[in-house]
Amino acid sequence: MKKTKKTGSMKLRTRLANGGIYALLTTMSIIWLLPLAWLVLMSFKAEKGAWHDYVMPKGYTFDNYIALFTETDLFNYPRWFMNTLIVAICTCILSTLLLLMISYAFSRLRFPSRRKIMNVGLILGMFPGFMTMIAVYHILKAVGLDQSLVSLVLVYSTGGALNYFIAKGFFDTIPKSLDEAAMLDGATKNDIFWKITLPLSKPIVIYTALTSFIAPWVDFIFVSVIMKDNYQNYTLAVGLYRMLERENIFEWFTRFCAGAVIVAIPITILFIKMQKYYVEGVTGGATKG
Amino acid sequence: MKTTEQFTWNPLHKFVWRVWQFILHIPEKVAKGFKALGGILLQFICSVRDAVVNFGRMFVDGDIWTKLSYLIMGIGCAAHKQIVKGLLYLGVQVGAVWYMISFGWQYLKHITTLGTATKYQVWDEAAQIYRYVQGDNSMLILLYSVMSIILLLVALGLYFSNIKASYKAELCIREGKKPSTIIEDCKALFDQKFHVTLLTVPTVSAFAFVILPIIFMVLIAFTNYDKNHQPPGNLFTWVGFENFANMIWNDPVKSKTFSSLTGWTFIWAFFATFTNYIFGMLLAIMINKQGIKLKKLWRTIFVTTIAVPQFVSLLLMSKLLGDQGSVNVLLQQIGWIDKPIQFLTNGTIAKVTVIIVNMWVGIPYTMLTTTGILMNIPKELYESARIDGAGPFKTFTRITLPYMLFVTTPYLITQFIGNFNNFNVIYLLTQGNPLSLDYYQAGQTDLLVTWLYKLTVNQQDYNFASTIGIMVFIVSAVFALISYNISPSAKREEEFQ
Repeated sequence: MKKTKKTGSMKLRTRLANGGIYALLTTMSIIWLLPLAWLVLMSFKAEKGAWHDYVMPKGYTFDNYIALFTETDLFNYPRWFMNTLIVAICTCILSTLLLLMISYAFSRLRFPSRRKIMNVGLILGMFPGFMTMIAVYHILKAVGLDQSLVSLVLVYSTGGALNYFIAKGFFDTIPKSLDEAAMLDGATKNDIFWKITLPLSKPIVIYTALTSFIAPWVDFIFVSVIMKDNYQNYTLAVGLYRMLERENIFEWFTRFCAGAVIVAIPITILFIKMQKYYVEGVTGGATKG
Repeated sequence: MKTTEQFTWNPLHKFVWRVWQFILHIPEKVAKGFKALGGILLQFICSVRDAVVNFGRMFVDGDIWTKLSYLIMGIGCAAHKQIVKGLLYLGVQVGAVWYMISFGWQYLKHITTLGTATKYQVWDEAAQIYRYVQGDNSMLILLYSVMSIILLLVALGLYFSNIKASYKAELCIREGKKPSTIIEDCKALFDQKFHVTLLTVPTVSAFAFVILPIIFMVLIAFTNYDKNHQPPGNLFTWVGFENFANMIWNDPVKSKTFSSLTGWTFIWAFFATFTNYIFGMLLAIMINKQGIKLKKLWRTIFVTTIAVPQFVSLLLMSKLLGDQGSVNVLLQQIGWIDKPIQFLTNGTIAKVTVIIVNMWVGIPYTMLTTTGILMNIPKELYESARIDGAGPFKTFTRITLPYMLFVTTPYLITQFIGNFNNFNVIYLLTQGNPLSLDYYQAGQTDLLVTWLYKLTVNQQDYNFASTIGIMVFIVSAVFALISYNISPSAKREEEFQ
């Protein structure tokens, strides 16, 4: 905060304050963007390795990007990209459907022990997720789904569906009179769900779809436990992490940067386009409590 | 004192007062909680009693077919003109019995010992070789037993519903009405019973991937399933509360690790939450200040850093801040330092580093989420402050901060719980390092959850991992309970304005 003398005229004061804020915002922007700029810079770096005794690269090249898609013996980047994309699309659809079903049932329908089931859901959500990873792995193994992409979709979708509180809170705000009017016209509850509630809940549908689509791109823990050493079925997060392990980092560091840039661009664009819905989803759930 | 004075207090006072009131009322609330627990228990006993009474009454009152359905599921329904329903019930019974005989019982019978026979070798005369004979596998015994018990409970529920359905159909016939046909039943699933349709799939998947694993891992905390007891080679068994005792006082190394890491986890969660909260809000205020141009550009710059996947930005940071990383190289080139700063390799500096890097990650996030709420602060409050001659700093501490604390307490507590369990920032940045010899398989920046992860994945000390998991759950639950109790509900919102 910029302190100014009280004697100065009002206009000068605001100007000085604003000038200070501009300076601060610019500095902060630089600090916040520098690591990202460095990432892009490194992805074009010609020489190998992560550490040098100089800062700016000595040469620039596009080979890192090309190598990601051509040298696929050790690290199969294109395949991982497709894996992640497929998992993300399936998770997005399944988890949105599940979440809408749950929150609609809890918000609009009245049935015995509704509150109890909701509270159980709340309590279950408080267990740290990866405490149960090993058990989930063995359950998946028992049904023959371990190290498969299907298992990832199932686990992500179920985990996402436990966050039904936000969507439920949203459904609660849709007036009940709409339902009643439709029921008078002979609509069943199934009709009401598809024809009235769903079209009105666009923001929450987009929020859910967005978060569940992004989850597989950024999750690292579950994949590393479930996939173990099945390289073919890795998603990008684990694959890229492996590139930075001690024995690979010299050869693969610049390619890691290139791969990270390729992932980050679509996710970033998607997020910036959809940030309005994201904010609505987060604050809607948080401030209502 | 309660009503009149409160109106003259400023919001921060009110907030502190409410926290204080909450603390004062803890004993009362605990007593209330126990009472409520007793109530739930009583209710449960009553409902069981009612069910048993009903069970007997339907048997006495029902006709021969209803009586028979106590033995063979579905026969009552089938006799009362609900053939398809009857067949479905019969299918459930056949399936349950077949499951228990062919699969469930062989595991369930070992539940008390978790298996006794380890894998052993037998000399095969005919082939002239040693053959391995498969012994028990404690892990599978426990997992499948829990699964079988859950399935049995489901079957039991269906068994009761079978009797009820038969009795209901019988009553219908007695009153001269037709029992509902299968088509009508199916239609009801899309109308009066729509919740059944909607919740079946989520419930099944929650049982498979959430409830069953949680029960399994909670039970593991009461066994000695560690790296020395890995089935099928070495079986594990029940040990009661030994793990909890070790964790808290019995085992010097483990209890020291546990207490130190718990302390650090709380410090971390506190600083990570409040630095992000306050600086994020300041950033939002600066961007939204009247007269600042290019609001959209500033916001987009900061939002970009949230959108970049965390594993990318954090892994990158860890390389940037390494002993030979670019930051150190740059600082040395400028000549500010002679030796590299050990951002991530010195315990104390690393702790500060992770908090600062977390600010890089979290401030834009707070900025994004609080902007909307900040806009809602009544303009009159600022006007009156300006007239009273309050500077920007005073306005922030006296008006903005108390107001935001008031409105966003639940958000803040959610953030606190989130940071308490913040795996990504710590693991991707330092992996919990630098390692400490005083600790059991943990480093100085490890949080409880990253320790849990390491114990699970690297050490396979599942029993300790589960014990930590339960502790983390308790802490999260306590904070969630506080958040629920302390948060201003909608009806008290006017009190502020």
